[in-house]
Amino acid sequence: MIKLLHHLGLYFIMMKKVINKPENWGVFRRQLALEMEKVGLNSVVIVIILSFFVGAVVSIQTSINMDNPLLPSYLVGLASRDSLILEFSPTMISLILAGKVGSSIASELGSMRVTEQIDALEIMGINSANFLILPKVIAAVFFFPFLIIISMGVGMLGAWVGGLSANITTADFMFGLKYEFTPFYIKYAIIKTIFFAFIISTVSAYFGYHTKGGAIAVGKASTAAVVASSILILLFNYILTDIILS
Amino acid sequence: MIEIKKIEKYFGNNHVLKNVSFLFERGKTNLIIGESGSGKTTLIKILIGLHKIDSGNILFDGVDFNAIKIKNQRKLRQEIGMLFQGGALYDYMSVEENIMFPLNMFTKKTEIEKIERVNFCLKKVKLEGKNELMPSELSGGMTKRVAIARAIVMQPRYLLCDEPNSGLDPKTAIIIDKLIQEITKEYNITTIVNTHDMNSVMEIGENITFINKGEIWWKGNKDELLNSNNTELNDFVFASELFKRLKKS
Ligand SMILES: Nc1ncnc2c1ncn2[C@@H]1O[C@H](COP(=O)(O)OP(=O)(O)OP(=O)(O)O)[C@@H](O)[C@H]1O
Ligand SMILES: [Mg+2]
Repeated sequence: MIKLLHHLGLYFIMMKKVINKPENWGVFRRQLALEMEKVGLNSVVIVIILSFFVGAVVSIQTSINMDNPLLPSYLVGLASRDSLILEFSPTMISLILAGKVGSSIASELGSMRVTEQIDALEIMGINSANFLILPKVIAAVFFFPFLIIISMGVGMLGAWVGGLSANITTADFMFGLKYEFTPFYIKYAIIKTIFFAFIISTVSAYFGYHTKGGAIAVGKASTAAVVASSILILLFNYILTDIILS
Repeated sequence: MIEIKKIEKYFGNNHVLKNVSFLFERGKTNLIIGESGSGKTTLIKILIGLHKIDSGNILFDGVDFNAIKIKNQRKLRQEIGMLFQGGALYDYMSVEENIMFPLNMFTKKTEIEKIERVNFCLKKVKLEGKNELMPSELSGGMTKRVAIARAIVMQPRYLLCDEPNSGLDPKTAIIIDKLIQEITKEYNITTIVNTHDMNSVMEIGENITFINKGEIWWKGNKDELLNSNNTELNDFVFASELFKRLKKS
């Protein structure tokens, strides 16, 4: 418990340093572009692959489980849509990104810490937390919603393909996809994603930035970052769902 | 000139520096020697504010580092070049970008002026034309030299070097030592070098301080060092056969 408070204290001290005006806008823009690529663009492919196959599996499973002739077959489209938009895309993809992006943020900062690169920034009079972490946070918060929207689209494409293989006609599927569609759900998913992006980037940065020791410590920091951000994502998923949807 | 007065530093219960006072002179390569764990790195990191002191004063040409505003501390830090034990080059930047980085951050020089300055510094450390290499493509000695180039690119008034030649072969180590000494003389800066390498002590030792278990044990120049009767100092300096023989002769 005391340890948790200690971490929280250090986290907020770090965040206070992170949230500051960048020293030099030109250099900041360059960093930001670099991070957009690392944090966002490099995750597009994995998001597409995962979403397509999960979408397909969801629709096949729904159709198998609905072997009752009384249930209309457009339900497959509807169920896939809602499960993708409400949970799979925002939460599951965020968990995957916590693994991919979170560990890379933590190990990058961790190795910069143990090789004294962060010290080298500090002694030049640079606010290293602001310089290194702010671009990552902005890149994640800005880019993750796009990833989630891509995931939704590709997931539904997968669901359609999966539906075809389970003998759901395109017309039925499309009908289900549009049936009682609530646009608010998408907004809800994006709000969640923004929270998750903030959690992943700042929590992972926290663990990386505070690494002490050598190469082994970097590995440990990166594991701790993934575990902590995953738990926090699940916790906030619960809290946010409770607040927003009820 | 850097002066430190009665510094005390604890890490928890570990009393790392005990009542340490120094005067590091301008235009000289001031050496700090001492065995592993004696507090050399801690001392250098205290000078640049990476560690807080528990008591004492640090004066940069009369200005008390801890008594001035954070904004001014940042300014002062830009006048300090630091060479880290491992080089600490930014590993996602090329040699040129590493050296240019402080210029990008803190100056309004044009692109051409910046490149000129970078090439000048690269020439100084005898690495002309290596602009595009990445840190992972450099040898240990080259890494140190690029780090020196980065440390001097802003024309600092102070240069701090933490074990500039650890991990280098004796010949390269001497090249690095000489380079540091040359830069110190040429630009008349206050240089502090941490080392436990006796070759460099003999090579560039002007103002030598021996610290042992966090305390200042001995001060002097290299001739005095050779003739000293201080037991701990002799145990440290003449640990190797070669230096024992040197003393006898
Ligand atoms: N960040 C830190 N937190 C706690 N203790 C530390 C820290 N840095 C150094 N120490 C302790 O301070 C003492 C002096 O360490 P320091 O790194 O200054 O030695 P050194 O003389 O540079 O040694 P070496 O020649 O091996 O580099 C050691 O006992 C070390 O354990
Ligand atoms: Mg050291």
